[in-house]
Amino acid sequence: MSNWIDRNIKWVFTMPAVIFVGLMMVMPVGYTFWLSFHDWNMSNITPPLWVALQNYLDLFHDELFIKSLKLMFYFTIVAVAVETVLGVGLAVLMNQNIVGKGLVKTLFLLPMVATPVAVGLIWVLIYEPNIGIANVFLEKLGLPGQEWLTSQNLVMPSLIFIDVWEWTPMIALIVLAGLVSLPKDPYEAAMIDGANTWQSFSKITLPLLKPTLYSAVLLRMIDALKTFDIIYATTQGGPGTSSQTINIYGYVLGFQYFKIGQASALLMIFFIIVLSISIFTILLRNRAGVNL
Amino acid sequence: MSGKKPKPVKVILTHVGVYLSLFLFLLPFLWMLLASFKTQVQILDTSKLFEITASFKNYVSVFNEYSFLTFIWNSFIVGVGATIFGLILGLPAAYAIAKYKQQGLGLLILVARIVPGISFLIPWFIIFSKLNLIDTYTSLILSHMLVTMPFIIWVMIPFFEGLPHELEESARVDGCSIPSAFVRVMLPISGPGIVTSSILAFIFSWNNFMFSLILAGDKTKTLPIAVFNFISYSDINWGGLMAASVIITAPVLILALFAQKYIIAGLTGGSVKG
Repeated sequence: MSNWIDRNIKWVFTMPAVIFVGLMMVMPVGYTFWLSFHDWNMSNITPPLWVALQNYLDLFHDELFIKSLKLMFYFTIVAVAVETVLGVGLAVLMNQNIVGKGLVKTLFLLPMVATPVAVGLIWVLIYEPNIGIANVFLEKLGLPGQEWLTSQNLVMPSLIFIDVWEWTPMIALIVLAGLVSLPKDPYEAAMIDGANTWQSFSKITLPLLKPTLYSAVLLRMIDALKTFDIIYATTQGGPGTSSQTINIYGYVLGFQYFKIGQASALLMIFFIIVLSISIFTILLRNRAGVNL
Repeated sequence: MSGKKPKPVKVILTHVGVYLSLFLFLLPFLWMLLASFKTQVQILDTSKLFEITASFKNYVSVFNEYSFLTFIWNSFIVGVGATIFGLILGLPAAYAIAKYKQQGLGLLILVARIVPGISFLIPWFIIFSKLNLIDTYTSLILSHMLVTMPFIIWVMIPFFEGLPHELEESARVDGCSIPSAFVRVMLPISGPGIVTSSILAFIFSWNNFMFSLILAGDKTKTLPIAVFNFISYSDINWGGLMAASVIITAPVLILALFAQKYIIAGLTGGSVKG
């Protein structure tokens, strides 16, 4: 017995985890796939009714679904772009000889580990039109106050701003780790050739940093596509549907309207989008010769 | 950087830049802390931004009127449970993946991070309802394990890769089976890695909102769900809400300071090395 275990140890040790992931993730996703071809409202009396592709066809005629897709991409692209630029800038600053660097690095961790729901609620207070500091600050500058989370035009930028606050430090810390491990020689050579700071940054640092940046952006993108907690805690998709990303719409369809079939179809599309973007980015990274 | 001494102006500007950014990133936390000690009147009057009647009234009401102790207990049980079972499944898996270079399996676990949690929420709800497990610790711990276990595996794979394997081999020579060599020799010297990966796993369970939103009920409501008690009415009890937010975030912020070295590793786990 003990011999058999030793011989098959790599399976004995990994199978429990693999079976768990299979039972809790792979099988349920399969179930969602099956449900996506049915019409059902979770009742015990009427069983799921086979409707083939109807749920998928309905979704593409559903304006709210198209809108939720656009909002998801809008949120992800803008947030990740801003976070990357700011994060790289911050990392370059932190890569200097800063007094108390260790402490600074540690404190920058706090936004990303704080409980997202609590973070969302803090920002609800900050954005509150009458009593929040966002508007108090604008007034001090002589600018008119804004309806941050309750105006249809401003709600997405306001949410993106929260995401930028929460996740720029992560990009900065990953990039900083990349910067620290860069070789010193190219810089010395460039200095002898008379390159200025900007030239050595754009011609040496950025190209060398490419693998690190790929990883950071990929991770951030995967998580930004799935943003749920912050949106739920601040606007729940509102006002109206102006911040209802696909994640929130799926939740609303499934757990508020109990349109199980349609929600499942939406979730399958969402699942495929997130998975293909991830695979695509990983392949792109490998093709670019990036190998970490 | 190397060679010439940087100019003093540049040094000062860099410091101003870093510390100003840090201040801006910490400002929301300071604001939450300030508000949690204010009375409702002080919060509602923007001319009294920094007037604080330093009192724990909000905190007392959070525990007395909103029975937060129950929710803290629920979050704690679920977090500890999900972490312990995550360790039981995750540690041997991480060890085997590291030792036998099972990259494929590592990748499978990585998928658990990529797949949107909401895409299995409907089946979970249906299955756990049929098993009468909604509003029980069992369903919450099982669901949170899908968060904790991958983090534990990602942090532990590089950790196990870095351990010296001579100790294990000598235990094997003495007649130990691989599982008992793992438990008696490898686990004890992995203390630091296990502690930090557990802290990380616990933080992510504590912060989890979506799974608890569906699977928790009145008896097992965790903190991120319970905090909405403050805004379910037309009036928001801002002081209480901010005190509750402090109570929720303070433990994870403190834990994060202990596990700081591994936080980035845990957050970026798998993908950087994938």
